[in-house]
Amino acid sequence: MKTIEAPIQKKEIRIPSNRLKHSFTILLLISIIWLSGWKVEFSITSLINGLPNMVDLLVELFPPDLSYINNVTQPMLETIRMAVLGTTFGAIISIPIALCSARNVATLPIISIPSRFLLNLVRTIPDLLLAAFFVAVFGIGALPGIFALTIFSVGIIAKLTYEAIENIDPGPLEAMTAVGANKIKWITYGVIPQVLSQFMSFVLYTFEVNVRAAAVLGLVGAGGIGLYYERTLGFFEYDKTSTIILFTLIVVLIIDYLSTKIRERLI
Amino acid sequence: MAQTFTSTPVKQKNPLRKWIIIISICFVYIWAFSGMPIIQIKETSSEVISSIFAGLFQPDWDYVYDPAGEDLLRGLLDTLAIAVLGTVIAAVLCIPFSFLAASNMSRGKVFSGSGKFILSFIRVFPEIVMALLFIKAVGPGAFAGVLALGINSIGMLGKLFSEEIESLDLGPKEALIATGANPIKAIWFSVIPQILPSFLSFVIYRFEINVRSATILGIIGAGGIGTPLIFALSVRDWERVGVILLGIILMVVIIDFISGKIRERLT
Amino acid sequence: MIEFKNVSKIYPNGTVGLNNINLTINKGEFVVIVGLSGAGKSTLLRSINRLHEITSGEIFINGKSITRAKGKELYRMRRDIGMIFQNFNLVKRSTVIRNVLSGRVGYHSTLRMLLGLFPKHDKELALKALERVNILDKAYNRADQLSGGQQQRVSIARALAQEAKIILADEPVASLDPITTKQVMDDLKKINQELGITIVVNLHFIDLAREYATRIIGLRGGEIVFDDTVANATDETFNKIYGKPLEKQDVVVMSK
Repeated sequence: MKTIEAPIQKKEIRIPSNRLKHSFTILLLISIIWLSGWKVEFSITSLINGLPNMVDLLVELFPPDLSYINNVTQPMLETIRMAVLGTTFGAIISIPIALCSARNVATLPIISIPSRFLLNLVRTIPDLLLAAFFVAVFGIGALPGIFALTIFSVGIIAKLTYEAIENIDPGPLEAMTAVGANKIKWITYGVIPQVLSQFMSFVLYTFEVNVRAAAVLGLVGAGGIGLYYERTLGFFEYDKTSTIILFTLIVVLIIDYLSTKIRERLI
Repeated sequence: MAQTFTSTPVKQKNPLRKWIIIISICFVYIWAFSGMPIIQIKETSSEVISSIFAGLFQPDWDYVYDPAGEDLLRGLLDTLAIAVLGTVIAAVLCIPFSFLAASNMSRGKVFSGSGKFILSFIRVFPEIVMALLFIKAVGPGAFAGVLALGINSIGMLGKLFSEEIESLDLGPKEALIATGANPIKAIWFSVIPQILPSFLSFVIYRFEINVRSATILGIIGAGGIGTPLIFALSVRDWERVGVILLGIILMVVIIDFISGKIRERLT
Repeated sequence: MIEFKNVSKIYPNGTVGLNNINLTINKGEFVVIVGLSGAGKSTLLRSINRLHEITSGEIFINGKSITRAKGKELYRMRRDIGMIFQNFNLVKRSTVIRNVLSGRVGYHSTLRMLLGLFPKHDKELALKALERVNILDKAYNRADQLSGGQQQRVSIARALAQEAKIILADEPVASLDPITTKQVMDDLKKINQELGITIVVNLHFIDLAREYATRIIGLRGGEIVFDDTVANATDETFNKIYGKPLEKQDVVVMSK
């Protein structure tokens, strides 16, 4: 610690010296950023060189080829299907996992700790990775996409739900113990009525996220409209690509809007 | 036993609305399930699954470190580098947009409305598609990934940040203007210190998400560990898939842990 | 009938909650337990249905030991004891009737209860209970739409729907205004007299105790310092229980 002399009292006052720590942190950050830039081969020149390419690309993206919508309507419906099923299965599986992870319901650490650990594990894996994995197992199609979305959904819904469960009013839980309910009845009549509407809200939110995710899972062969990105980009048919993008955007916006409206009613 | 009640209870209102909702949900599910592919259990499936599990649990440890060529550590570092740079770029670039979008910083609804719209647009745009476009522009590799991640992160960071700005206490700014500071000095000394901790917190949170996204970007060729992963998946090299997945999970867990600790210190 | 035999509760840090309690409460009594906060009233009451565990001794309900009961046995014994809480402990988002029906869960299999299949008999019981406490017209309202006093009556209805022989009430009127307090206590008195249900109430209002109880038990420092009929409970008695003369805050309504 540095010390200075107080001018009036003539006493030594200690001043906490963060300067060293600050400088070190900043130096560390700058070196991390620099090294990253070097590793990635970041160069402004290639960006500037690439700029005309990007402009060309943007030009070719507009106007979108709207007639292409006929081709992609079916895949878009498949995308939505995948999202619906993935979210539903994920929601069902989330219920026991969330109950096992909530410390006020699963009072034994031997149940709650592994349960949370499993959940955290699942949440580290990105959705596209899950999809790629399932495609390798089940082959190309919508099925791996549904599996991937199911697991992805469990990660989101179970975490949000168990946090909600841990925040409920313990009063009704006490009442159910007093009434002579066993654990399951206790959960059904004490816990569930308190978290049901929040749970539904989480499920709808996850559905929103899943629609976006499902739209790109096709890139790895997991069904839906994503497949067509590769096709159109590969053939340089950028106007068709922008149709896909636009279509996805519109569907996502509509579903977001509807879902938000329903969620407002739930609370 | 005849029950006579002194007053008749009022029954629930609107059973009709409830039934409409239930029936429409049933329709949605019938439609969704009708398109669901049947799970084909092929004869070879069980062999495939057992070899997958065998491979996953006996990871290819040689791949972890190979001084000569491509290895796991290199791939993970690449991924981290992409995430770091993408986040940094977004952090820098989102600042002007956030101030534009914040209703208490810009004059008039036109400015803040357009700012919000731009941010929303960027957020809704799927980042995979952005990556694909950037690949077309600057070629495959980590650089495209950085650009895609950077631009996409602006959307989320910008929104969080502008909401934070809107909830600011403008009192200190007023006080500084009263001391005769020009608007820039006023903002630097009053606004920035208030929002710096939460800004850093958001940036680190986004970094956590970007590490996951960066692993995905590799799958479509934008650099990082995703490329070797998709390759190993396609040739069914399960031992390699196992070690890569392990590496990714470990990396994400460590990053989440460190960033969680830092964010705790910030707030 | 409730029997306490040498019951003590000592907390891990050494604090004595209950100290060698020996007590018998007979069927049909209206017992009020009084004492300062921390004297052990709540611990005593909640150990009857084992919401709190005791560290030594045994408690018998109608001759059966609840201290030794396990699993289904314990649930069944709890089913026959109703409890009313200071904070009502209703599920706010559920309807009144559903809250009352939840008192019946101990009577049916877990599977039926998961599906919410209450037989008609249960529903009639629930409605009858609600009628008894004069709140039938609110049967299909959400619990949080009711006032405090109304919510407490719903919880009494829940205890009635349980067909409980004993009702325990832990500071049932502490959150209520004087008028609603009278209504709730009147309801409890009516149930005690008309249905013969044993009532054990924790209160800290002296005048309420005097007005409604048949028997008053005073607790101090985890021990019973008074146990007698209302007639014998003089002001001096309360001095002894509370360790200080009666003050304004110890009574709900100053006697005229």
